[in-house]
Amino acid sequence: MNSPLSRQADGISANQLMFLKAHRRHHHVIALFRLLLIVAFLSLWEIAARCGWIDPFFFSSPVGILTYLYQMIADRSFFTHTGITLLEIIVSFLLVTFFSLLAASLLWYIQSLAEILEPYLVVLNSLPKSALAPLLIVWLGTGTNTIIVAGISVAVFGSIINLYTGFCQADPEMLKLIYTLGGSRRDAFFKVIFPSCVPLILSNMKVNIGLSLVGVIIGEFLAARRGLGYLIIYGSQVFRLSMMITSIMILCAIAMIFYKLIQNLEHCYRKKC
Amino acid sequence: MELLLSLQDISYAYHNLKGETPALSHISFEVSQGEFLAIVGPSGCGKSTLLSIIAGLLMPEEGSLFYKGQYITDCGSNSVMKVGYMLQRDHLFEWRTIYRNVILGLELNRAVTKENRDYVLKLLADYDLYAFKDKKPSELSGGMRQRAALIRTMAIHPDLFLLDEPFSALDSQTRLNVSADIAQIIRGTNKTAILITHDLSEAITLADRVLVLSKRPACVKCEMSIHFDTDRSDPLAIRSTAEYQLYFNQLWEVLTNEQPAVQTG
Repeated sequence: MNSPLSRQADGISANQLMFLKAHRRHHHVIALFRLLLIVAFLSLWEIAARCGWIDPFFFSSPVGILTYLYQMIADRSFFTHTGITLLEIIVSFLLVTFFSLLAASLLWYIQSLAEILEPYLVVLNSLPKSALAPLLIVWLGTGTNTIIVAGISVAVFGSIINLYTGFCQADPEMLKLIYTLGGSRRDAFFKVIFPSCVPLILSNMKVNIGLSLVGVIIGEFLAARRGLGYLIIYGSQVFRLSMMITSIMILCAIAMIFYKLIQNLEHCYRKKC
Repeated sequence: MELLLSLQDISYAYHNLKGETPALSHISFEVSQGEFLAIVGPSGCGKSTLLSIIAGLLMPEEGSLFYKGQYITDCGSNSVMKVGYMLQRDHLFEWRTIYRNVILGLELNRAVTKENRDYVLKLLADYDLYAFKDKKPSELSGGMRQRAALIRTMAIHPDLFLLDEPFSALDSQTRLNVSADIAQIIRGTNKTAILITHDLSEAITLADRVLVLSKRPACVKCEMSIHFDTDRSDPLAIRSTAEYQLYFNQLWEVLTNEQPAVQTG
């Protein structure tokens, strides 16, 4: 099957073809160097561990990590720990998105409420959320609920402030248009504010997924008997570095997958527009 | 002609912690059904404030507003006025198609009936936008966008068009053609219009009457009736007439001269 480029080849100039070729080559070079970087890092790590330049007891090794990952899959603990962490991240993320949208909308709708709550939101957002985790354990006990609340607490206040600030930056002339056409403040929200802020909401979701993950791991450090955060803290206590690093690698993969999913959602929205 | 709108002694001031900024001072004038009135004045004199008061978006601090003889008591009363407002920019929403943009006012008034939809489609066809009804605003030229904004305003069947410098964002050539087109459309439907502009040529070319406002706080400095024997659909032909030059010179003199109000025409 012909590529789009070859199909158009007759209709485009030689300079355009050269530009397209150079553009494609540039992308291939970038991808190659990205791959080379990770391969070089992993090879150097493995060689350093095997040659005794670093102590594998403290630094583990890529082969050690892969072996541990294989063991985890074989005894199904991979699915238990990854599954519970995934569930906690997804629930936290969805609740953060829902609550922050709801709160930011209410603050925009009732300006006096925004003025009253602004200092409290700023303080709650500035608070180190890891300081809240022990308090949450006292209030809610150890378990999934506490971890989900910890995940929410890390992201929700910043998300509310960002969304509310974005809502307030909508073009006042667009709002004036709604009012001149006979619309209400509610109409202004649903016809102007919300649709114009969809890109902001999506970029906010990209930040929230990372923050929810951080919150969930903090929660699992302190209040879990299952999950990747638990494996990291347990691995550090019994000096099983492969367990710790494997869990961190899985977390990286989870963060990347979620980020890509939201990025695809963003691309779909942009294409639709 | 039947009287549509009457403003009596309207005054308005903006307030903030630094103090009070008077915007309008005792403004009175009337607009008849089917009339095209242009309001000119220096930048920042309060022209848009005046239009916002007529649209019911602001409430005058002093004075009264009558619409078809009915006293307008508060901002919410603008629903009885059936006003169509065109802003300085078209403000078509990029997340909506042209068709969905032009039915926005109908959606807001819960009036998306088959009859109104057919009316909107007819307007799109009449003003050469039917083929673009499923396009996004960014795919249209500046002139086409302004026509779409006018259709959005016309879709709600207003009695009174308030045009707040709607051509100011267009380049001069497009501006000349679009302003003439829009004025013709409004005249063709026998609607009333109030045009805010700081372009004297535009005011003389399009309006039946020109009202000149003073510097802030604005008051009415001069009212001038405009008559041309030439066909008003050709803005260039009008601008080359002797009457046009005369009107222009008189208005220019009033605008540049800080003398008390005069009545001309």
